[in-house]
Amino acid sequence: MSAVSTFLLRRRGGKGWHWTDVLAYVWLGLGLFLMFGPILWLALSSFKTPANLSEFPPTFLPLDTRMAAVSGYEKPLPLYRVKQDDGSERVLAQVRRVGLTAQLVDPADPQTIIRVPIDKRIPEREVRLATGNYTEPLQQFNFLRYFQNSIFVTVMATIITLIVNSMAAFALSKYEFKGRTAVLGIILATLMVPLSVIVVPLYLVVNELQLFDTLWGVILPTVATPTGVFLLRQYMLTIPDELIDAARMDKASEWQIYWRIVLPLAAPALAVLAIFSIMWRWNDFLWPLIVLSRKEQYTLQVGLNAFSGELNVQWHYVLAMTVISILPVAAIFLFLQRYITSGIANTGLK
Amino acid sequence: MSIVSETRGQAPSLSIVLAAPLRLVMGALNAPMSFVQRRFGLGGMGAVFLAPNMLIFGVFVLIPVAINLAYSFTGGMAIFFGERHVVGFEQYRTLFACGDYTQPATCREDAFWQSIHNTIFFVLVQVTVLVLAALGTALVLNREMRSRGFWRAVFFFPVLLSPVVVGLIWKWILQRDGLLNAVLVDYGFDRTLWLAERNWAMFWAIFVSVWAHLGFYALILLAGLQAIPRDLYEAAMMDGTGRLRTFWRITLPLLWPNLLVVITLALIRAVQIFDEAYVLTGGGPGTSTLFITQYIYETGFAHVLRNLGLASAASILMGVVLVGLTLLQLMASNRRNREGNR
Amino acid sequence: MKGFKKLTLGALALTLSASASLAATEVRIMWYSDGNEGEVLQDIVKRFETQNPDIKVVIDNVAFGVIKDQLPVQLEAGRGPDIVRVVELKSQAKHWLDLRAHLKDAATFEKSFSSTLDWMRDDGSNALPGFMTQLTITGPLVNTTLFEQAGVPVPGDKATWDEWAAAARKVAQNQKVPIALAFDRSGHRFMGPAISMGAKVIGPDGKPALVDEGFKAMAQRIADWHKDGTMPREIWGGVAGTTYKGANDEFVNGQVAVYFSGSWQVAQFSQKIGDKFDWSAGSEPCGPAACTGMPGGAGLVAVKYSQHPKEVARVMEYLASEPVVREFSERTLFLPAHQGVAAKGVDFKSKDPNVKKSLDTFLKATQSASPLALKMQSYKWSGAIYAAAISRLGQVVSGEAQLADAYVRIEEDIKQKVAEASR
Repeated sequence: MSAVSTFLLRRRGGKGWHWTDVLAYVWLGLGLFLMFGPILWLALSSFKTPANLSEFPPTFLPLDTRMAAVSGYEKPLPLYRVKQDDGSERVLAQVRRVGLTAQLVDPADPQTIIRVPIDKRIPEREVRLATGNYTEPLQQFNFLRYFQNSIFVTVMATIITLIVNSMAAFALSKYEFKGRTAVLGIILATLMVPLSVIVVPLYLVVNELQLFDTLWGVILPTVATPTGVFLLRQYMLTIPDELIDAARMDKASEWQIYWRIVLPLAAPALAVLAIFSIMWRWNDFLWPLIVLSRKEQYTLQVGLNAFSGELNVQWHYVLAMTVISILPVAAIFLFLQRYITSGIANTGLK
Repeated sequence: MSIVSETRGQAPSLSIVLAAPLRLVMGALNAPMSFVQRRFGLGGMGAVFLAPNMLIFGVFVLIPVAINLAYSFTGGMAIFFGERHVVGFEQYRTLFACGDYTQPATCREDAFWQSIHNTIFFVLVQVTVLVLAALGTALVLNREMRSRGFWRAVFFFPVLLSPVVVGLIWKWILQRDGLLNAVLVDYGFDRTLWLAERNWAMFWAIFVSVWAHLGFYALILLAGLQAIPRDLYEAAMMDGTGRLRTFWRITLPLLWPNLLVVITLALIRAVQIFDEAYVLTGGGPGTSTLFITQYIYETGFAHVLRNLGLASAASILMGVVLVGLTLLQLMASNRRNREGNR
Repeated sequence: MKGFKKLTLGALALTLSASASLAATEVRIMWYSDGNEGEVLQDIVKRFETQNPDIKVVIDNVAFGVIKDQLPVQLEAGRGPDIVRVVELKSQAKHWLDLRAHLKDAATFEKSFSSTLDWMRDDGSNALPGFMTQLTITGPLVNTTLFEQAGVPVPGDKATWDEWAAAARKVAQNQKVPIALAFDRSGHRFMGPAISMGAKVIGPDGKPALVDEGFKAMAQRIADWHKDGTMPREIWGGVAGTTYKGANDEFVNGQVAVYFSGSWQVAQFSQKIGDKFDWSAGSEPCGPAACTGMPGGAGLVAVKYSQHPKEVARVMEYLASEPVVREFSERTLFLPAHQGVAAKGVDFKSKDPNVKKSLDTFLKATQSASPLALKMQSYKWSGAIYAAAISRLGQVVSGEAQLADAYVRIEEDIKQKVAEASR
């Protein structure tokens, strides 16, 4: 208990309580409830049966009717709680339902059929995980292959993104040259065009370059992200120019300055971009869908999307596969977020 | 090279983020790049560093945008450019045929203008709320505290979900017999059709989009906060400067470049709002949460008889407005930077 | 990086070994699923492969979105799978392969699917591009337990729309359920009732002439039913434009007395409702002109750009053969389009008595659909009509527009689409 209270009462500076401390903890508490609550619920819901999923009002835990083996019946029977005339309740197994009457038996006495109006009985339910939501799709699809493709796309695209974007950001933040603002303007301007709008023209380009139905056709159009260039450039603006000038005096080449000074100092921003890039490429959906047409090439998101039909979406599979597909990214986030710590905390330059 | 080694010692090691082989490659590239530097001179290196990004960018972004522009001057049903009819500015004329731009019902493409109205309102409110919330979250997460990774994850995890799943979760919460109404009824309140009342639908569209993107922007700001030299704070504390004052005088100015990233990206993303709002409200009730990207999508793709010309024209208009906005913002920030450097 | 390289090599090796085993001709089917039909097809295809070792059939399972958004672009570029399951059959007819020359028994194929072949070929053509994997028909789904508990008889064969609405209201009031009549938000669903009310839809010049007395009669009813609370506002008024919205979850939870949707819901309802209550398809509600639902469905067609039309035809002929169609329908709970199979009746494989009853009712409804409703399936401008009707009537329901304005807008919208597409 004391550990909890020291944790909760720890403050910056160690002096008395400041109102910002209170606010901070209120914010965290609210965050836990509002941000994490729905995620937790999603994870639990991925274990629900289709019937349980579409139930009103929604249940928090995955529930299913309890079943009992009753002698004389081949299959297990569902259990119901029945309210009797005298007000007491008992648990009975339902044999069948005929119109508005249900025929039930006491599992202890399977010979006597008890007839009960259907609105007098409530299903006896227990928490049961519908693991079939996970196992069935994994058997039906070549999950491993999709997984491999996704990893290939994500890793390749992220490496190229980090290198190419950081080079451009370096140029845009640390060099004076004609048209610098114009280039930045163009990069930003194209940020404005949502992918869904240029899908058709982009398809024409990819088709022309013979990249259709290849993983490179998925990777290349995404790597020159305007967001990444902008993010890194703004971050690099905060790196003092004096460092670079000093290195130039030491006869360092521009390439060395780029990768031995600027890149390490931009580590927090690179980590952020790495997280984003991994997340984007892993979750990319619309574009791979357009480019990839044979299932040998499918990425995870494309493969899993087969559960969305015209007239029906099989949500129980979609949720389960969502959980599976975010697990790796969540783990990577937890790993990479450690690099979002002070980059130039104490450079001694002011 | 003294400074190089000094800073490298203090900066977090990148050896894991960028794997060792990569470092080898970077080192090996030094010789050719030095040659390039000798060839183009120091001044030319800016262009050299820009080249790979701009090449990929040009092929996969600029060319498609140019094709899109060309589409907006054509009509017909064909997808390939060669089979379409050139119609000049007709698509633009259709979009602008309007009695009174403040009254979408008087326009030929009433849905287009309605979506513009909705989008403007959405952007103004959502960006303000989102940026403030992200800043608050980043400030809180920047504090020294235990299990920082866990708390960062709490706010970041919604970003990992696909928009479809985000829309779905909140639909379950907000529908007629959803979780929220179930709780309200338990406490004796009346149930509300959250997604069928126009003001509530807009409220939830904003709320859910903030929910889904908060972690993204908070993370950018967090990285920015970490970049502010600690010694500045220590100096301020020694001077006995109050926390609020420290925030205004040190944190905010030094965070500005990153805040600009967040505002710009948030603005752009807000204008492009589509997926989660589409799943959550589908543009309804009526057309009260119909946003411009949904209009473009429905006109150009979702409709059986796709009208690519009209959709392209609408997207070009949207792009022009956004470019204008961003350039204004950039110019303002450039001035600010220059003043700050002085 | 090292592990990564290994992975790439592994992937490469996999690709190579996959292509090495491809001594047989590969036929690719692009397929989307609403339920278990993908698995059923897989079983059937496996059997085909053992009988025909020279052909390897690969099923690419995709989202419906791929078929809707990606396929058209691919087809325009002269690409695409060999065989594909599509809903937009008519508008893409120029991309389908005429199997006639390649089929062993074209006459049987033609005879089996004669009533639906026009849905997938240009007007006046006699091509055999493929067959419908399933027929659907719109119609009412009734929570019979609620009706029984309320003591209200389920409206019968010749019951009118007004009688259906009145009965649904009575049940909802008596049983305290929130929704008396739910109705899919879809232009396609709306047209059946409109035709029943006497809408002519197509003008004498062959162009759409949608807003007439019959159309107005149904539109007026929809507006009134929303005003008096018979229909729930959040479905038709809930979303914008042409976006579809149904009431599946509400029906499954026993909150709807009558749900006007269609035959495709049956398999799903059986799975989700289970034993909670009894339900069944009702007969088509009537208007002065007809008692008709709207037919529809998805078709499996061969693509013109295939490199192996002969092999494609063999696969198609097998999949379209009577025993295979029968098995497919029985296991997927789809209504068969094969006339021979439909005539002999289908023994749907389900233990749920509600399923068989409903499917039999729907199967009967497909055979009595009005000629105009059938014609809509092969009418070039159906898409424009559905879109205009639903987006504008939706605005009326949500209170954004008056009916009179909506009528004007509907005509304008359709005219614009027709003009754009006729360029």
